[in-house]
Amino acid sequence: MPGQMHELGVTENIISVTLAKATEAQASRVVQINLVVGELSGFVPDCIQFYFDTLSKDTIAQGAVLHFELVPAQLRCRNCSTVFQPRDTLWSCPECGGRSVEISKGRELYIESLEVE
Amino acid sequence: MKRIEVIQNVLEANEVIARRNLELLNRHNVFAINIMSAPGAGKTSLILHTLRRLKDKLRIAVIEGDVASTVDAEKVQSEAKAVVQINTRNMPESCSLMAAMIESALKDMPLDDIDLILIENLGNLICPSEFALGEHKRVVIASVPEGDDKPIKYPLIFVDADAVVINKIDLLPYVDFDMEAFRRCIEGLNPKAQIFQLSCKTGEGIEKWCSWISEQAKANAAKR
Repeated sequence: MPGQMHELGVTENIISVTLAKATEAQASRVVQINLVVGELSGFVPDCIQFYFDTLSKDTIAQGAVLHFELVPAQLRCRNCSTVFQPRDTLWSCPECGGRSVEISKGRELYIESLEVE
Repeated sequence: MKRIEVIQNVLEANEVIARRNLELLNRHNVFAINIMSAPGAGKTSLILHTLRRLKDKLRIAVIEGDVASTVDAEKVQSEAKAVVQINTRNMPESCSLMAAMIESALKDMPLDDIDLILIENLGNLICPSEFALGEHKRVVIASVPEGDDKPIKYPLIFVDADAVVINKIDLLPYVDFDMEAFRRCIEGLNPKAQIFQLSCKTGEGIEKWCSWISEQAKANAAKR
């Protein structure tokens, strides 16, 4: 059996938050779960989807569509403050060529909203 | 159809437990270091050296994360004050340690008799960067034969590190490893990270690393 990945725990959390919120709203079915996933986060949407299909069985979230909004990486140069999207993994500033950068976007992983009926 | 706004971090469950672990450690005045690296970079070797050099100064325990074996735990058993092995094969996640695993490991530890816990994470440069354990410091080991491009390929784990150890420097004459390029890359990603160059084979540089650990542990204890 292949090793299980950390997306399993993450998917369990997604389902538990979803069920709590949907129950609170007295929904009978979850139609869609809108997730925001940063490009730099170590989470693979396909893997979350795979676990979701199994774990959501026999809950009101069964069959819900997982919608992933992917957030591209955005970096800020510590030298000249240019904000840019890295073109490769070298992460050098397109303005000054500096390699001292901080991540401003791309590490997100959160549930943005649910669509229920 | 109705829309419900949620905006909830999916990792929050882990982070809540990590904060609880940190509070528990602080209550017992225990300093914890999360040691991460690719497989074979030298996590166990560095832990063994650290134990041998510091065991007369600090009471040290080790938490060993390992997918299946107890090989690493057996190696450190004779040197450490306490060893707890976490085998992740039967756990829901097996690519990184997570805060809940540390929480249960801490239950088996005599926390009042310990000053320092070294946590050996699983050999992986991607997944552990997502999971806080409740540690005080995060350390990443890279080794010379892995190549100097590791921070370019796996930037996140280096971005959050408090210290970066470059192990196996005894192999520098035999391998194309550009130390300057590696250091520049780390300094770019994470100017605050301490960088240590050492060899677990020859012992070079180990003393400097051990002094850093004792200083950090002391500084933390002084805060309580």
